[in-house]
Order: sequence, then C-alpha cells, then structure tokens
Amino acid sequence: MRLTPRRSSPPLRSPEQRRGDPENSELLRLEGVRKSFGDNVVLRDVDLTVEPGQCVVLIGASGSGKSTLLRCVNLIEVVDDGVITFEGRDITDPRVDGDEVRSRMGLVFQAYNLFPHLDVIGNVTLALRLVHHVGADEARSRGLAMLERVGLADKSTARPDDLSGGQQQRVAIARALVANPRLMLLDEVTSALDPELVGEVLDLLGELKDEGVTMVLNTHEMGFAREVADQVCFLHDGEIHEQGTPEQVLGDPQRERTRGFLSRIRA
Amino acid sequence: MVDPVADPAADWRPSQVQRERDEWRRRRTLRSAVVAAVSTVLLLGAVGGAVVSSPGWQRVRETYFDWDKAVSSFPAVLDGLWLNIRVMAICWVLILVLSLTVAVVRTLRGPVAFPLRLLGTAYVDVFRGLPLLLVIFLLGFGGPALRLQGLPTSPLFWGGAALVLSYSAYVAEVFRAGIESVHPSQRLAGRSLGLSYGQTLRHVVLPQAWRRVIPALMNDLVSLQKDSGLIAVLGVYDAIRRAQIETSLDFNYTPYVVAGVLFCCLTIPMARLTDRYARRKGYHGAGGHL
Repeated sequence: MRLTPRRSSPPLRSPEQRRGDPENSELLRLEGVRKSFGDNVVLRDVDLTVEPGQCVVLIGASGSGKSTLLRCVNLIEVVDDGVITFEGRDITDPRVDGDEVRSRMGLVFQAYNLFPHLDVIGNVTLALRLVHHVGADEARSRGLAMLERVGLADKSTARPDDLSGGQQQRVAIARALVANPRLMLLDEVTSALDPELVGEVLDLLGELKDEGVTMVLNTHEMGFAREVADQVCFLHDGEIHEQGTPEQVLGDPQRERTRGFLSRIRA
Repeated sequence: MVDPVADPAADWRPSQVQRERDEWRRRRTLRSAVVAAVSTVLLLGAVGGAVVSSPGWQRVRETYFDWDKAVSSFPAVLDGLWLNIRVMAICWVLILVLSLTVAVVRTLRGPVAFPLRLLGTAYVDVFRGLPLLLVIFLLGFGGPALRLQGLPTSPLFWGGAALVLSYSAYVAEVFRAGIESVHPSQRLAGRSLGLSYGQTLRHVVLPQAWRRVIPALMNDLVSLQKDSGLIAVLGVYDAIRRAQIETSLDFNYTPYVVAGVLFCCLTIPMARLTDRYARRKGYHGAGGHL
C-alpha cells in the first residue's frame, strides 16, 4: 500500500553518504543507562548500539521502558546513570547543550503534537527558521519539498485539525525530518491511528529507511518490525531482555518472556 | 512492574561518571546561588546608597517614614483595615454568585434564552465600561439620597453594592472564558449519559471551568482587596480614610505609608497563595515537559 510515489528529495542525503560516514561506524551508543521515577526504576543498565542507516525497533509491554528510552536519548529525561554517546560525543554530560543535541535529532510523538495555531507549512518550517536560521524563502521551499516527500504538498495551508490522523502524523514526520536530523526517534507513531491509516505512515517509514534515515522506534506493529528492522530489542522491566535481528527475536525467540509477549501480541 | 527481588533500588550505587556529573551539577548550583546572592546585595546596596545619599532624603524620611508617627497612627489605620477586610469578604461572596449567574446566562443557547443573554451582555458591557470610581460616586452618594423603601441608606452598603456590580462584570467574563474553554465533547459526553443541560453544566462543565479560572479569580480577589479602599471617598472609616485623618493632623504622610504596607501585607500572601495553587494544580497543557 504505497500511497506516495518514490522520489528523491534534495534535503536527504543518499544512503551511501549516510552509511559511509567514515569518522564513526556507530551513530548512537547507550551504555549502562539507568532511569527511575521515584522508586520506580524504568530503565536499568541498558546497552544499545545504533549504526548509521539502521532501523532499530523496540518492542515490549506498556511500561517496559520503551518510551522512556527514546526520551532519554532526546534528553527530555535526564538519565540517573550511564552514558549516551551521539555522533561520538557524550550527550549525557551535563555541560552539553541539550537544545543543540535535540536540533540534530527528530522526535515524533504518538499524539502528533502538531501546533494547532500554525498551518501545516508553518509547523514544518518553524524550527528551520528559529533554530537553524534558514531564511523564510528557503525554509518555505524546503518545507514544501518535504511535504511533497510525505505526499501532502496540497495540504500546506491546511490547519492540523482539518487533517486525518494519518495525515497529521505524516506532517509530524515531515516536521521532524525537514532539518535533516542524523537520527529519527519515533514513539508509538501509529498507536493513535485508525487501522486503515496505519499503512500510509508505516509505508513512509519504510521508504525513509530505504533512503538511509537512521531510526529508533517503538511499535506494536510486528509486521513492520519483521520487514524493516535491522535490529529488534525486546524490553522487559527496563532491561533489554532479548536483542537481535527480526528473524532471531521475532522468529525464534530464546527467552521465555519474549515468547510470552509475542504470543500475547499475536493472539 | 518493578520486581523488588531481582533488582532492589537500594542495591544501586551511582557509577564514577554519574558521581562526577552530580558533583558538577552541585558545584554549578552553588556557583549560581553565590552569583545571584552577591549581585542582589550589590544592586540593593547601590540603589539604597543612592537614595539615602541624595540631598532630599532627610525631608523624605521625615515626611513618609516617621517611626513615632507610624506607631501612633497604626491602631487607627489597622482598625480601618478591619472594615476593608469585612467589605472585601462579603463583596467577594456576592461577586462570585452574581458573576457566575451572569456567565451561565451568557452561555445559554437557543432562541428562548435570547432576552436573558441580551440582559447579561448589556450588564457586562455597561459595568465594564464604567470607571469603578464613577459607580461608587453614583451609588454611594446617589443611593442613600433615594431613600428607597427597605434599603439601608448607609454609604457602606451602597459602596459595597458599587464594588459588587462593577467587579461582577469582570469576573463574569472570567467565568465565561472558563466555561467556553471546556471542550464541547465534555458536554456531549454528559448529555449522552442522560444528564440534563443543567446537570451537565453543574457536574461536568463548571467543575472543570472553575479549576481553570481559579488563578484569574485569585487575581481579581487581590485587586478587590485594594479597590475596597476606594469606598473611602464616601466618608466610610476604612484604612485609607483613617490614614487621611491621621495625616491631616500634622501633614505628615507616614499614615498613608502605614496603610500601604498593611494592604501589601494582605495582598502579597494572597498572590503567593495563588501562585502555589496554580503550581499545585500543575497545568502543563498538552506539551508536557521542556
């Protein structure tokens, strides 16, 4: 179900360029990351490595720490311990400017979180103009190109409230992607969508993966994980309980809890 | 979710990296606090020094900050303030009732309620347009002269009425904004359960609207505390009038300063209370943190 024709878009770099970054083979590394809210330990001793161009899918029951992991990477949450290295730099160091780090990542939310007071193009170009200091004309043309990329070129002047859920989520993805982030974090991006709208968003993510966009996402869409992921991590109780290729984790899970979770999902 | 046997939180000790981070954060907090303290002291010292060393300071101090005069006028002004507090408390209750009624009337729908809506709109328009002092003059001096049957002629009554009429128009608009900020789906959900229009309003819409407008209401209450002093123009013996009398004895303005300080002692705690209440309610909106 490909709703949008494939087309190359100027702001995105080619997969070869992305994968071939010579300076570091890994884009993101988590070592011993721990996060608790009060007495509730949400992440304990999480290790994860993401290479450029990879798509890492986090699975697990609600409350297993998937969203918290993404929020820690985006520095929305401050880790209690451990080191997160992004582009070779320790971003958990308190001296690091979090805004600057976030400007090089894209985060997409379950509930879209579009700005209702701005039209679609305004949403997409806001950070370009305010954070990346792109001129109004260039921001507009880049924004329109990105909207065309997600198949919404004709909606640029619409208000978010006038769009369907799938369209809103595609705008949110365009908004996160337009500044050419090195890493996309996607937090349950299809969970709020009607089943018939899930496909258009997942198709878009698959295309982005083909274009070499590095993604870390959590989802309950096992079909998507099987098809697109390079690496699947099953989280349980704040730990990465099982980790590997989709064939390994989804096709031949080794741990009891993973099998239990997958059978519940499929039931 | 957390299994206490597998990994008790108590077992966890921060790593070396984390201890260094915590130490750095502690140092930075301390440094910020020291910088803030030192700059505050320097600024206050500079401003204070400039004021005290200016040539007219001696006369200013005698006229406005005469300690003996302050002590001698304090009981009278405090006695007057007690009147302000009573006026304020009674008026506030009446204002809440009247303004909520007007707000509900203004949000009624359907053609049947048109005359009521018109009345409510006209009332709000007129009394928000009139200066408060003008309303106090109109009612405070005009009201008693009417000698209406059954109504008292005391200026206190008519001054209070002026405050209630004027403030209710403002507060009604605050309530209306709150009522209209409750999403229509809430009304729909209430009606779908079989609740009547009134029940939905009373049990679904108003509780949510009320919580949203409490900070704005507290703001108006603080404002009312001060404006209750305006009825002094009617010759009522409130804090300002008493201070005026004390001042007229020797043209030393310290009693006004005493009254001002006392009003601040009322309003500043109220403002802090408002802040705390709003924080405790913790309205993040939809955006979450950051």
